[in-house]
Amino acid sequence: MNFGQFLLRRLFLMIIVLFGVACIVFFIANIIPADPVGAILGGNAPPEAINRLKAKLGYDQPLIIRFGNFIAGALRGDFGVSLKTSNPVMKDIMNYFPATMELAIVAIIISIFLGITLGVLSAVHRNKAIDQFSRIFSILGVSMPVFWIGLLLLLVFYFKLGWLPGGGRLGFFTYPPPRVTGMYLIDSALAGQWDTFKEALLHILLPAFVLGYNATASIARITRASMLDVLKQDFIRTAKSKGLKRNVVIYRHALRNSMIPTITIIGLVFGGLLEGAVLTETVFSWPGLGRYITTGMLFLDYPAVMGGTLYIAFIYSLANLIVDILYALLDPRMRM
Amino acid sequence: MEKTAKVSRPFMDDLKHTAFLWRRSRLTMIGSVIIVIFLLIAAFAPLIAPYSPVEQNLSIKLQSPSWQHLFGTDQFGRDIFSRVITGSRTALWIIFLVSVISGSIGIIIGVTAGYFGGIVDEVLMRITDMFLAFPSLVLAMAFAAMLGPNLTNTIIAISIVSWTTYARLSRAEAIKVKSQPYIEAIRAAGGGNLRIMFLHVLPMCISPVLVQLTLRMGTIILTAASLGFLGLGVQPPTPEWGAMVSDGRNFLIDQWWISTFPGIFIAFVVLGFNLLGDGIRDMLDPRLRR
Amino acid sequence: MELRGKLLDVSGLKVSFYTYRGVIKALDGVELWMDSGERLGVVGETGCGKSVTSLAVMRLIEQPGEIQAGKVIFNGKSLLELSEENMNRVRGIEMSMIFQEPRSSLNPVMKVGYQIGEAIAKSKKMPIKKTYPEVREMLKLVGLDPDRVMNSYPHELSGGMSQRVMIGMGLATHPKLLIADEPTSALDVTIQAQILELLDELARKMGNAVMLITHDMGVVAEFCDKVMVMYAGNSVEYASTVELFERPLHPYTGGLLLAVPRVGRTDELKAIKGTVPDLVDPPSGCRFHPRCPRVMEICKENRPPLVQVEPGHFVACYLYGNEGEVKENA
Repeated sequence: MNFGQFLLRRLFLMIIVLFGVACIVFFIANIIPADPVGAILGGNAPPEAINRLKAKLGYDQPLIIRFGNFIAGALRGDFGVSLKTSNPVMKDIMNYFPATMELAIVAIIISIFLGITLGVLSAVHRNKAIDQFSRIFSILGVSMPVFWIGLLLLLVFYFKLGWLPGGGRLGFFTYPPPRVTGMYLIDSALAGQWDTFKEALLHILLPAFVLGYNATASIARITRASMLDVLKQDFIRTAKSKGLKRNVVIYRHALRNSMIPTITIIGLVFGGLLEGAVLTETVFSWPGLGRYITTGMLFLDYPAVMGGTLYIAFIYSLANLIVDILYALLDPRMRM
Repeated sequence: MEKTAKVSRPFMDDLKHTAFLWRRSRLTMIGSVIIVIFLLIAAFAPLIAPYSPVEQNLSIKLQSPSWQHLFGTDQFGRDIFSRVITGSRTALWIIFLVSVISGSIGIIIGVTAGYFGGIVDEVLMRITDMFLAFPSLVLAMAFAAMLGPNLTNTIIAISIVSWTTYARLSRAEAIKVKSQPYIEAIRAAGGGNLRIMFLHVLPMCISPVLVQLTLRMGTIILTAASLGFLGLGVQPPTPEWGAMVSDGRNFLIDQWWISTFPGIFIAFVVLGFNLLGDGIRDMLDPRLRR
Repeated sequence: MELRGKLLDVSGLKVSFYTYRGVIKALDGVELWMDSGERLGVVGETGCGKSVTSLAVMRLIEQPGEIQAGKVIFNGKSLLELSEENMNRVRGIEMSMIFQEPRSSLNPVMKVGYQIGEAIAKSKKMPIKKTYPEVREMLKLVGLDPDRVMNSYPHELSGGMSQRVMIGMGLATHPKLLIADEPTSALDVTIQAQILELLDELARKMGNAVMLITHDMGVVAEFCDKVMVMYAGNSVEYASTVELFERPLHPYTGGLLLAVPRVGRTDELKAIKGTVPDLVDPPSGCRFHPRCPRVMEICKENRPPLVQVEPGHFVACYLYGNEGEVKENA
């Protein structure tokens, strides 16, 4: 199978899966709730109000028509109007998503840097203090609930020490930079507003670290394992027999070989960040997609729930697709 | 490498090596101890908890930790220590039911797909892919929200998003088993498909699924706590650790203990499961068995 | 102490590996010596510690292994007492090594030319790029086409070509000693002969000594001047190749030679009965005694030292001597 065929097959599968995903989302929002309208309005709402909401949501139509409308809308990127914000859901998503994306990107940068460093040090100084530290750090990273770490750090760095801001993307009195990408760090840099940039950076530091902690732990663990594996290989012995210094052996000969599994796990954890974003955004009042969906669910904002969930699943599938492609590109058997 | 000249006693060597890995891995031991403590706390919760976990007493609300109230009290004057202790039962109940339900769904779907193969396999596996296309927490949130947040629906929601791993695992196992000669022999002796599937193939899939289930128990607690934290899981007054952390959010500055103690318990128990899981994985990893 | 070999003299070398089964005493008092330009064959069955010996000489024993005792005098330096930094000036410059698996011994993500250049660059303290003309010369010398190989990755080469690259890498710095650990056993038979021939030719040309680790007596006969026979982590017999093949003294050596097919020999091949001992719990006394056809009472109690019984012929066996004093021919 050549690369083109692989890509086509993978794309085809993704389309099928996304259709299924849309079915699941529709099922969740339209079939599970026995009386969605009643649930939103409460027990003793006047009949006119109920009818109005039914019409607004399209619930006066048969299920199959509703399904058709939903799929057709989804293909156009039209998920209807949010009950809570009264904006088209897609517009809301476009507003909120860059914040999530910015958070995820900073988180992944932190976790790649920290994770690889810890993993390599851990493998090289196996069973020494740094290894024990890094392993404990990693196992705590996958054990502590994200939201709890977030609250603790908030308590320490905001409430007690006052070193970092407490939530949101910018301070109350700061205007966002002119929108280009929707990511404040990039937009403020583009506009040359360095004060805003600094403020945005300070605001993103804590949530990004919290969001990336889990990923850091995963990357550190896989890097450690693959580095240990590589250090046992014959060619490392050859490098040592050449009289190369320990650091040259490790960083020139071993590191590059150990990066292949690490790169693939980086792709995987990026998908996981979307999940963590839901919690991190709630803790840090970060106006991102995760928080939008959570609020939508708490308020039974059906269009927002359906649109937001579907969008997240789409992004998640896209991330997985990129991982698969990366993997195929990195696998030497594909190269030959 | 030619270091060892082994006199062959494979079974004893194997057993000794397993014991060696177990002893050497102090972390695995710590994990096991944590889990045992967790189980004991859950079992004897009513005896350990000094107060009712749900009864409110506004006259003693928001008290800091003291000898009367080890972990302090919350905004309704409930004893946090009692709530945390009782919360272990909620957590254990969720772990148990989710494991049973998602394990069963996974094993049945996986075995069916693996045993019949062809179009059945294709369809079931694509359905599995569809569930895997969601970040699992988001899907669980959606189910929990639409079903209505409470304990039962938390269990249903988590089960629905976590069966996929077991389905893939038992499918792989079923494919391996069904090509074994003895299955052919049973078929030749007139065994029907269902009979072979349930009596001969399915039992072979149980142990890998059980191992995987233990590896994932930490994740189940975290997911349940996350749902609780977001308000989409177990609802008050039932004591649930995630919801309790959320309770304390508004009192973080001055009443730090409300969020802190339930969080410590989540981290502690999940850590126990993760350490144990790592140990099990190491023991089963053939590369480490040399 | 007087050295037995002018280039390399290893004495009392002990190496242990700490595993869950217990302490594996892989080397227990190994003796070994070489003169400049000499070719020494180190032979023995799998598991006798010959590879461990060569790695210990290079100080490349890894955890859970450890060199516990012994002396390695190489070119006037006591290697086991050098700092890691000074040892790195010996490795790859005065003494280099090639391995059994040529393909996995080359780094898969680095070009071949670079890997050879690395060795030269280190010994001459120059940037790697500057060494490329010399690398090309070296590749020609080992019979490879530099234009084709310089920029290849190891997975693009065959096993034989890879071993040529390894040899080129090992000899690029003109070391005084090349240790070859089973350099041909992973290769096809026809390639084996070519590689040995190449080693032979280059050693002649460059004048370096070669320590050849092998289990193949045929290879020894063809290639080596001197032979050290090892058994279960001990040196048991040392002699010139001709002497050893004609008059093996140790019962184990005799057994080894009987197990080798030779042209014109009509008697049946004989295997040595029994198996290699477990080195966690090695036999008392002479480690060979449970398998020895001529075992005596003393062999079960005491370990025979390696003593010279005839000029240039050393053996560790009570049949020929006793604790330091040489007995008349048994």
